[in-house]
Amino acid sequence: MGDYSFRFTKSEKRLVAVLIIIPMVLLFIGVYGGLMQTLFRAGIIQSDPFVGGDYYKGLTFHGVLNAIVFTTFFAVAFGNALIPYSLKKNLNVKVAWTSGILMLVGSVMAAIVILIGEATVLYTFYPPLKAHPLFYIGLTLLVVGSWVASGNWVPMYLQWRKENEGKKTPLAVVGMFTTFIVWFIATLAVAVEILFMLLPWSLGWVDEINVMLARTLFWFFGHPLVYFWLLPAYVMYYVFMPKLAGGKLFSDMAGRLVFMMFIVFSVPVGTHHQYMDPAISSQWKLLHGIFTFAVALPSLITAFTIAASLEYAGKLRGAKGLFGWMWKLPYFKKENWFFAYLITGLIIFIFGGIGGIINASYQMNTVIHNTAWVPGHFHLTVAGPVMLAFLGGSLYLVGQFLNKTIRLKTWAMIAPYIYTIGLLIMSYGLKIGGLMGMPRRTNTGASYANPDSVLYQADWMPYIDLTVIGGSIMFVGIVIYIISFFTTVFSKSNGPEEDAVVTFPISEPLHDEPSTWLRNFKPYIIIAIILIVLSYTPVIYDVLQATYGGSLPYSPDSPVPLR
Amino acid sequence: MDNSEKLALGLSGLLLVLFFGAIMYAAVAKDIDVPTCITDMDPFVTDTLFQTGPDSYELQMVARMWAFQPSTVRLPVGSTVDLYVTSQDIIHGFKVEKHNVNLMAIPGAINYMRVTFNEPGEYMYACHEFCGAAHHTMAGRFIIEERLDEPEVDGGAL
Repeated sequence: MGDYSFRFTKSEKRLVAVLIIIPMVLLFIGVYGGLMQTLFRAGIIQSDPFVGGDYYKGLTFHGVLNAIVFTTFFAVAFGNALIPYSLKKNLNVKVAWTSGILMLVGSVMAAIVILIGEATVLYTFYPPLKAHPLFYIGLTLLVVGSWVASGNWVPMYLQWRKENEGKKTPLAVVGMFTTFIVWFIATLAVAVEILFMLLPWSLGWVDEINVMLARTLFWFFGHPLVYFWLLPAYVMYYVFMPKLAGGKLFSDMAGRLVFMMFIVFSVPVGTHHQYMDPAISSQWKLLHGIFTFAVALPSLITAFTIAASLEYAGKLRGAKGLFGWMWKLPYFKKENWFFAYLITGLIIFIFGGIGGIINASYQMNTVIHNTAWVPGHFHLTVAGPVMLAFLGGSLYLVGQFLNKTIRLKTWAMIAPYIYTIGLLIMSYGLKIGGLMGMPRRTNTGASYANPDSVLYQADWMPYIDLTVIGGSIMFVGIVIYIISFFTTVFSKSNGPEEDAVVTFPISEPLHDEPSTWLRNFKPYIIIAIILIVLSYTPVIYDVLQATYGGSLPYSPDSPVPLR
Repeated sequence: MDNSEKLALGLSGLLLVLFFGAIMYAAVAKDIDVPTCITDMDPFVTDTLFQTGPDSYELQMVARMWAFQPSTVRLPVGSTVDLYVTSQDIIHGFKVEKHNVNLMAIPGAINYMRVTFNEPGEYMYACHEFCGAAHHTMAGRFIIEERLDEPEVDGGAL
């Protein structure tokens, strides 16, 4: 462990840079969409130059580009960087580039059909709203590309294990494999939904679709998806953050335990998104609720372990007393800008985690389901710790892989704080609005927030206004980040590419337990499969026997079916 | 593993068990539950309201692009309503203001919840799942009155 450098090949470096830079452009389009949504919702604008008057088109590309495209690319790029580095083995570049090209082609395809208005189905793409077949094909290519990328790491890891018998797998590798094991299991369901249901139906090969079944398969994928987002951020918290703070990881075993628990409990929880759905018995919903509580446990352990690691770092820096360490951390050190992205994310995740437990709490979900509370919540998770860690990670990766010094470090350091202030304001507005009954995914500016409408809700307005203020501040934070990012990308590199090596801040453990029972993925994958079968068999059975008829495809513009 | 870590792990587990206990208490002792699987009901395509007892009604509601049928329901204070909701086209959502009613309206399935209106007033129900271009205009209301001779509905099927 400790600091060491690894020499990546030119082709590997190019690939990682491409997988970071192109999605950053797509992310910015999505972020622009996010800003416009707050303005639409408040009734400040009725159209914008990009989507015209179509709020829901903007909402679709905001969700797809930011939550699905950007996150998947980052996870793959991060794995392509961290796994070779940790195992000291180079990638098979042919396979890696094939995966990258599949993902790029798929994402661009999906983005184009969304932008020409042929896939206004939001990022959940629930039937019987129908998107253009290229939307489904694009998403499939993105997912298959990510499978190819992670498949590429498996032989490297098996080889490493053969050569290093008895050694613990580096924690970064455990974390990245956990990310992609969860992703692989989860995406199998959405692959079935797309390839056997949505795509043939969208192409007109079959007439009708079982909406509840498609929806249930979507949520089989949809909840583990959030752990796929979160896990690379956890890798950064466990592996980078203690070192960046000037300390050590409090417990190596805690990290390993947390990752294995995510493998076990990430998937059999999806029905907690369907508490308010018909055709699924309430006792199975409760079972998924119990597993959701189980998957909250690794996050609570993480909160303790990372706080303990930071406390250790603060005390090394001379902190006294019970809470003195909190004031000794490198919050505003521009040379340590990466720390700012991780600490802001962790602070936000306190609120995100609490909100998540509320959402999972069975009948309490009645109060908030599909209200503005829900986007208020998930902006505190995916657009909080996940987004900030991925932005910090992206800047670090381009610096390392393009052999450039980070430019405008003060800007880079301050951006996450500005973003965090905006995010907390926006999410507060959405959450309180949601508790008052404000629906999510709704262009309120054209009805509930329009004083001339019979539906006008005056008491929602202060909270809608807060989302505009918060959203605008978030946008400023992102613009500052993007300026720093592209100034770095287009700056002169530090000497010839061939000589450059890559270094990551890898933390040493303070307590390095042997944890022999946490060294193998296999038993945990088997337990996961058993739990999935037990929790999903009755749900799918209920759905199949309690639904009737099939649904023809619809466009969002007409109540008359398309066929 | 450090002892403080073990303690934190134990307390976290205990916290979650407590939360789960609260859920079970609400479900068993207070009878607050989430929608379940409905199999004893024939599919319906038009809305109906009928009285099933002195203070109880059954309402079959149909959600469609972009209206609830019925869009206005007038009932006397103290009414308990057995509410059945379905969709005749795409997915919609149905939530009644200030009441524990939140149902997905999904084509090919019937959703159910019981609700009691103890206070007079107007209670909006807004569609909360994206259902196309005019989704934001899809809403209706319960009007609960002190004195009401005849319960009535507006905006039902023609």
